[in-house]
Amino acid sequence: MTAEPNTSDNTPKTAMDSEAIEKAIRRMAHEIVERHDSTNRIVLAGIPTRGVEVARRLADHIEKIEGVRPYLGTLDISMHRDDLSTRGKVTALEVTDLPVDLDARPLVLVDDVFFTGRTTRAALDALASFGRPSTIQLAVLVDRGHRELPIRPDYVGKNLPTSREEKIRVRFENLDGVPDSVVVIKP
Amino acid sequence: MKKITRIANGRVIDPANHRDETADLWMADGKIIDPIPGKETETIDATGLVVAPGLIDIHVHLREPGQSHKETMASGTRAAAAGGFTTVVAMPNTNPSADSAATITWIKEKAAREACVNVLCTGAITKGLKGEELAPVGSLFNAGVVALTDDGHCIQNNEIMRRAVEYARMFGLTVMDHCQDYSIVGDGIMHEGEWSLRLGLPGWPRAGEEMIVARNIMLAELCDSPIHCQHISSGGSVRLIREARARGIKISGEVCAHHIALTDATLAAFDSNFKMNPPLRTQEDIEAIIAGIADGTLTILCSDHAPHASYEKEVEIDHAPFGITGLETEFAIFHDILVQKRQAIDLPRLIALFTSEPAALLKLDRGTLSSGAAADVVLIDPKLDWTFDKNQSASLSKNTPFHGHTWRGRAVRTIVSGETVWTLAA
Amino acid sequence: MSTWTRKDLTGLDELTAAEITFLLDTARAFKGVGERSLKKVPALRGKTLVNFFVEPSTRTRTSFEVAAMRLSADVVNISATASSLQKGETLKDTALNLQALQADIIVLRHSSPGSSRFLAERLDSSIINAGDGAHEHPTQGLLDIFTIREKFGRIEGLNIAIVGDILFSRVARSNIFGLLKLGANVTLVGPSTLVPKSFEKLGVRVSHRLDDILAEVDVVNLLRIQHERQRKEYFPGLGEYVSLFGLTKARAAKLKPSCLIMHPGPINRGVEIDSDIADGHQSVILEQVTNGIAVRMAVLYSCAGGAGVPT
Repeated sequence: MTAEPNTSDNTPKTAMDSEAIEKAIRRMAHEIVERHDSTNRIVLAGIPTRGVEVARRLADHIEKIEGVRPYLGTLDISMHRDDLSTRGKVTALEVTDLPVDLDARPLVLVDDVFFTGRTTRAALDALASFGRPSTIQLAVLVDRGHRELPIRPDYVGKNLPTSREEKIRVRFENLDGVPDSVVVIKP
Repeated sequence: MKKITRIANGRVIDPANHRDETADLWMADGKIIDPIPGKETETIDATGLVVAPGLIDIHVHLREPGQSHKETMASGTRAAAAGGFTTVVAMPNTNPSADSAATITWIKEKAAREACVNVLCTGAITKGLKGEELAPVGSLFNAGVVALTDDGHCIQNNEIMRRAVEYARMFGLTVMDHCQDYSIVGDGIMHEGEWSLRLGLPGWPRAGEEMIVARNIMLAELCDSPIHCQHISSGGSVRLIREARARGIKISGEVCAHHIALTDATLAAFDSNFKMNPPLRTQEDIEAIIAGIADGTLTILCSDHAPHASYEKEVEIDHAPFGITGLETEFAIFHDILVQKRQAIDLPRLIALFTSEPAALLKLDRGTLSSGAAADVVLIDPKLDWTFDKNQSASLSKNTPFHGHTWRGRAVRTIVSGETVWTLAA
Repeated sequence: MSTWTRKDLTGLDELTAAEITFLLDTARAFKGVGERSLKKVPALRGKTLVNFFVEPSTRTRTSFEVAAMRLSADVVNISATASSLQKGETLKDTALNLQALQADIIVLRHSSPGSSRFLAERLDSSIINAGDGAHEHPTQGLLDIFTIREKFGRIEGLNIAIVGDILFSRVARSNIFGLLKLGANVTLVGPSTLVPKSFEKLGVRVSHRLDDILAEVDVVNLLRIQHERQRKEYFPGLGEYVSLFGLTKARAAKLKPSCLIMHPGPINRGVEIDSDIADGHQSVILEQVTNGIAVRMAVLYSCAGGAGVPT
């Protein structure tokens, strides 16, 4: 048996480059605008860390399309998760900052990757503490599959079928100092 | 056939006789004898080893009667033998305290049955160690005590201390004192300094010891009778004793191994195995004590072996009793620090501090290899590096701060009256 | 990204500046919870917290209780009189019993320095020090620092005076350790018996003249002074204390307008502080109480997570 050439499977595979990311976010912005009444300003609530960046970019596009910038907020859901004791370490919490009363407004939760749906569930719990939006929708840059709850995104930048063991790494130039990318890493 | 033992080819160090040479040492009938070449029935090879008088520790708590859950005559003397000691002097703070001839007799009988090394007794200075009324010093003397002390306690009333010293003089007994001024020390449990401030633990200032050392110097002068200051922890005490001895006052001081090995910073983990009385102090105190040993100010080395059961020690630090074990570790610590690392003294002087000096202080007929003396002998390997494992300790109690410490030098064989009572397992 | 991996909080002396900052940042996130109409998050749902107070304290215990409830933990209070410590059971045995009752978090108030650490080394439960003798009161220190940081946006370079019975104060020690790590200049002020010069070895300045430092400080933190039952040999009386170290109206007038006045409570009006000054615009005494809940939520949340089994 001969050795395999060293182009093995577990080198990270780029699923989206910066151009693809830009196009996907722009398309989602259009879809969000299409599905909302322009008279009631939308609230975009990003889930830290990279969901906040996706939300900011969506807001930029929506502002270009509509001429009005959506409300932009941050929703930290760590304290609403139920798996604290299985983590062994705690990462820093972001301050939840929702700039407007949510009651009767349309709200779009924004995250970078949709996986099991548990983050979204925690976000829905968290939102209940802040008010009662008229509608809550979910926008994600990547849907990687493996839902564990009856929750699915309303806006998807890219469907990216993965195995459970793979990792998805999202990088944004302004946060990470490397070009925008979505990369699949094999275990 | 009569047993005649030759300890062959060791470096024989006998400070009492200013002897330091490679030679054979002979023993028969429990005594040191003059050489009778060719007549030996037993030979112990001591090549590469030091052959010295069995070591003497004049500050040991054997806990009997009354506290046999901490230590017994049998376990405490096994620990002594494992440390190279052939004679230990037991402190009187037992239960009942050793303030009567009956208790002294009980201890001596128990020791005769169970102890593997010589156990000598101190008697209390005051009844019940309460510092109020003199104990029956005459009958204690007749029962065989070698010194008086209220160790663990300190007589606060200067008049009572004065009369005790004067009265003891009649019997030629040295009074030994645990130097602690209660009003200054209060509920202090560690050295008062940066670490006590940091940890919020009540401080035990140097002055609490130095005041009583100064008092004892004045009383020794007033009474012209010896006072021995036990377990000196403060550099200031060393200075006081040095000045007084220069003036010819009959004052002496002793040092415990932990007081030159550890500082108060070791209390940072609130481990009660670092809590003893007097407390661990600073590097400056360590330097002053080592200087005092080197210049002859401090003439006695000891352990203040103070066993406590783990359930007694494993409590909040301010509730835990003072004291640590030490018989098995003290020689190695002193040798490693004083002779090896600091070269403050040489090996013969170290042996003297453990043999001829305590024998002279308490007028003991031990601590020498003179022909005709009791054949109490220790073989020491001064080059052996070893690590202390408290779980291998012979003591009933494991309250030591030195678990896992490594030193150079230790006793490898202990002989009492010509019989080997302990050897280091190969 | 900064993380927290400890299961216990026994003192600020053992934390790094990054760890202290982590807790302060986390507390900032939790402070928002108290401002919502629904003041509860599920982070500690299903966890049992035991408030084990071997020394009386209503304020600290209540603050921990509110913090735990806002995190959805179940809370059991055990006080000294109800506990078996007075029946001769050792702290270790009592604690093992609490662990056998499957307490996830034990908040301990105890008169012995080091008692929290004693438990932390022996139990799997998270141990939170709510005051161990004169040693530390880390959550009080954190809430004081949190309050200062919230007002000034930083700690580094601030001049902070702590006034009163420093020698016996766990609040002072936790403040000193935390503030120094974060770069503040700390001055301890009080009678020379209660603020010995040797405190300078810890890296602080010691002053016995409050009047000399009033104009330069950004924060003055006044500690409760006790005299009636103890400390009689440390200073002659409360009247003399007030005249030398009380924050009277005249002294408060010398403070910078931006200077914060703090007190861990309960205050002795007219002793450490003039009554009107305590209620004045520079006083943040009640904000400290509010912030205490957020800080304790952050500590409980972090230590419960830090105690988890890494997956």
